[in-house]
Amino acid sequence: MGMTISEKIIAKACGRETVTPGEIVTCQVGLAMFHDSSGPRRQAPALKELGRDVWDPDKVVCITDHYVPAVDALSAEILKITRDWCAEQGITNFYDQQGICHVVLPERGHLHPGLFAVGGDSHSPTGGAFGAFMIGIGATDMTGVLATGEIWVQVPHTIVVRWSGALAPTVTAKDMMLALCARIGLNGAGYKVVEFMGEAVTALPMDERMVLPNMTAEVGAKTGIIAPDQVTLDYLAGAGAATEGALDWFSDDDCVYEQVLEFDADALSPQVAAPHSPANSKGVETYNGVRVDQAYIGACTGAKLADLHMAAEVVRGKKVAKTTRFMVAPASTRITQAAAKDGTLETLTEAGAILLPSGCGACAGLGAGVLAEDEVCISSTNRNFQGRMGASSAKVYLASPYTVAAAAVAGRIADPREFVSAGALSP
Amino acid sequence: MSGGRAWVYGDDINTDVLYPGAYLKGPIEEAAKHCLEAIDPTFVPNVRKGDIVVGGENFGIGSSREGAAEVLLMHGVPVVLAKSFARIFYRNAFNVGLVALVCKDTNRIAKGDDLNIDAAAGTVENKSKGETYSCETVPPHLMEIVNDGGLVPHLKKRFGRTS
Repeated sequence: MGMTISEKIIAKACGRETVTPGEIVTCQVGLAMFHDSSGPRRQAPALKELGRDVWDPDKVVCITDHYVPAVDALSAEILKITRDWCAEQGITNFYDQQGICHVVLPERGHLHPGLFAVGGDSHSPTGGAFGAFMIGIGATDMTGVLATGEIWVQVPHTIVVRWSGALAPTVTAKDMMLALCARIGLNGAGYKVVEFMGEAVTALPMDERMVLPNMTAEVGAKTGIIAPDQVTLDYLAGAGAATEGALDWFSDDDCVYEQVLEFDADALSPQVAAPHSPANSKGVETYNGVRVDQAYIGACTGAKLADLHMAAEVVRGKKVAKTTRFMVAPASTRITQAAAKDGTLETLTEAGAILLPSGCGACAGLGAGVLAEDEVCISSTNRNFQGRMGASSAKVYLASPYTVAAAAVAGRIADPREFVSAGALSP
Repeated sequence: MSGGRAWVYGDDINTDVLYPGAYLKGPIEEAAKHCLEAIDPTFVPNVRKGDIVVGGENFGIGSSREGAAEVLLMHGVPVVLAKSFARIFYRNAFNVGLVALVCKDTNRIAKGDDLNIDAAAGTVENKSKGETYSCETVPPHLMEIVNDGGLVPHLKKRFGRTS
């Protein structure tokens, strides 16, 4: 009997020929990533207590993104602890204020197909876009990994999400994931791997593919994964990542999937998730006209270069509504650089966008752009749980960068298809 | 064995509700004061040592922040019962010494019910209703971690043994 790509990666990591869903195995960790919030401030004292150093500094990547740049003494102190500890432990893969961990990690060539990786953040499944098996873990679990280089996992069952057809202009990977959240709910893939496939998935560029496993966190999955192909290889080569044997990682024809969910990309329209759950997603027309105080382009999900391009297409030559704040926090400094070079930042700022630093920012309720009581925000981020982006009574609607930008211009939730003609879209 | 009054909540109790992001930066003691505040402001002022938090499906969905499990423990809650748990929360709970038990009958438990829980045996006795529910068995390696007081003390023991 064949294995899924996830089972193959787990089997290799635990030194076995085969594994079966439900088994508990101990895996050797190929890469451990954490950030300033989940990282050294938590692990340093615990490792000291254990009398251990990091098992293999070359397999560790630390990225500051939650408290950047420091806005008060408390956040400055957390960042200082992070920097000092990385220096002390000889962590050379340390990216300080370079962007959000899930975006910086692949950008700097740390991910490749077949890699078994753990991340100290719930959106770590993003790594699955590159054919890695990457799961999110908590701080003490990370301490265990750093001390031993290994972690126990239960081999998950795999659910297939297959998108046939082709997405219409202004319909995006984000809309695909909001539709999935609505269909299967916040626990629809509990403990499972979601493997994405189908022609609408393989047609996506890497920036868009990343959104799919990223938001498997919103359906309770252990992780998400996409089998690597030429698009993946081209990205990896550009990032200086390992590409050898990359295409050897795929699910066998005779592997066992627990369930196959079919979706039709041709029928998908721009989606909007109402407060306070990503599963409250419906077609944009349902929420048309809802007034917004803020439109936010940010986070690991919705502020990559492709996302900034989408927003720019909508606002080009227009002005942001007077009653709405339009905030853009590019997901990494490299993205900012590229968007500056290709004119995207000019388009956005001429329309009235306010640029914010690269980091988790308002999405995690930590950085610039948080909301006051009862304020309404439409956001390209991944979750809209109550109180997440600021005040407890603030209302956050989730949508694609196109739909967020359309709301910024209209001052209310609006259909992005009315703002962008198909011919105007960049390739 | 643990026993106490039940605090009953619904499905998808998320980590922002358990540990609001706004308090991530500061000391956990401050965050603990706001645990569950968004959905039940009566919890923090009234919870007592030994009380049990009861959820529906997908308890602890959201962030990987371990404080979401830790704050319950700080309020004296030794056990969370739910029909299912979000996977990171489940791992975090045992890693910090909080028992997370999967019990499909949590909808039979009402707020304030007097519960008696035997995690090792996998039973919940509802003394207020005179009923007993069974829970899924906790994998032995997790029971060992929680009995040692969490992953760090557990590793300490393991390293002590091997070195």
